[in-house]
Amino acid sequence: MRARILSGLVPFLGLVLLWMLLWGQFTWLALITGVLLAGLVSITFYLPAVRLSGRLNPWYGLVFLVRLLVDIVRASLQIAWIALKPHYRPSNAIFAVPLRTRSDLVMVFTAEAIALVPGSIVLDIDRDTATLYLHALNVQSAEDVPALRKAVLATERRLILAAGSADDLERLRTGATVAGELAAEAARAAAAGEPGSGRASEPGGGSASASGEDSGTDSGTDSEGART
Amino acid sequence: MNPIDFSFGDDGFDLRDAVTAVLVLLAALMCFAAGVGLVRFPDVLSRLHAATKPQILGLIAIVADVAVTNLSVGTVTLAVAIIFFQGLTAPAAAHMTGRAAFRTDHFREDILVVDELTSRPDADRRS
Amino acid sequence: MIVIVVIAGILMAGGALGALWRIVKGPSALDRIIASDVLVATAMCAIGAEMAINRHTDNLPVLLGLALFGIVGSVSVARFISSRDET
Repeated sequence: MRARILSGLVPFLGLVLLWMLLWGQFTWLALITGVLLAGLVSITFYLPAVRLSGRLNPWYGLVFLVRLLVDIVRASLQIAWIALKPHYRPSNAIFAVPLRTRSDLVMVFTAEAIALVPGSIVLDIDRDTATLYLHALNVQSAEDVPALRKAVLATERRLILAAGSADDLERLRTGATVAGELAAEAARAAAAGEPGSGRASEPGGGSASASGEDSGTDSGTDSEGART
Repeated sequence: MNPIDFSFGDDGFDLRDAVTAVLVLLAALMCFAAGVGLVRFPDVLSRLHAATKPQILGLIAIVADVAVTNLSVGTVTLAVAIIFFQGLTAPAAAHMTGRAAFRTDHFREDILVVDELTSRPDADRRS
Repeated sequence: MIVIVVIAGILMAGGALGALWRIVKGPSALDRIIASDVLVATAMCAIGAEMAINRHTDNLPVLLGLALFGIVGSVSVARFISSRDET
């Protein structure tokens, strides 16, 4: 309930703050017109509410912002150097990063942030499995990809620590990904739903039991999080 | 008169001028790098990198300089709003353009060392 | 100061020319929209640099407008292109 009220209130207050920023003055007139306009905007341009987690850690938020600034400077200088250096040999990569968050907001902010940090642009997002597909510049060999993937996951980690839900934090702790959980769930459902049918053959059932063991705790916390 | 006065020019070149000079030159260099990157990079996806990132730094440098040299509430809030919106819209625009480029095959596959999007398991290239 | 103005002007002009070359030459419409984004960003930097050097803040609202609406062009072209599988 608290999260629901917060989810409606935060965008509203954000709009009011934006209005006052645009006028560059913090006066009663700006506040009142801002509240009126924010109400008008949120009624006429109705958007489905973003589910906020209801928690915000200011310290990790600050860490995220400072690190983002450092990364922007580094990325800009790096791209500038790649563009200007004498012998440029093009070599890029497109790779997938399975994320650990289910929140749309954290996913979007991760995507925005990593478009600004060294060498990556989001090409596609698979929202169901929370997987980002990134394009990276100047990747000389396939061995460089794990390092890039680790950098992206570190960005997501900072965001989850700053504003992720308890569910996401749990997944962060155990190191499970949403895509892995979904696959395990699907395999388990297939194995449990139709045990004798021809489709659930031996390798499918075997992998379901194997992956069900190591991610059993994760899916337990996940269904708990969905209920609350 | 400023307390710190370098004054190594005939037109009163002080610390504020020095800061402005450094930041403006940095921004100009970033703009130049973006232009060169646009010309040199081989495909749309590479050019997107050149188009998105250097400008952010250039703009942050310039706007921070303007805000610092004319320090007031109105200037700083406006500067924050400018950087916030540029930082929010530039990646979104890059993402839209990149996705369109990928789906319409406007990229060179021969310079990719890894490609996990074309070969992903449920490879339905929704058009 | 005049030296710095000249150097910055040359660099920015170089960047703008690069973008312009890509707009003229660009094999696809996506190249052209990216290049015009760069042109807008270079213009923003130039407007800001003029403000910084001449010590005034009159054009900050212009920068805000450009930052807000710079996205519209590229997003609409990108949507149009991805729905119509052509160059």
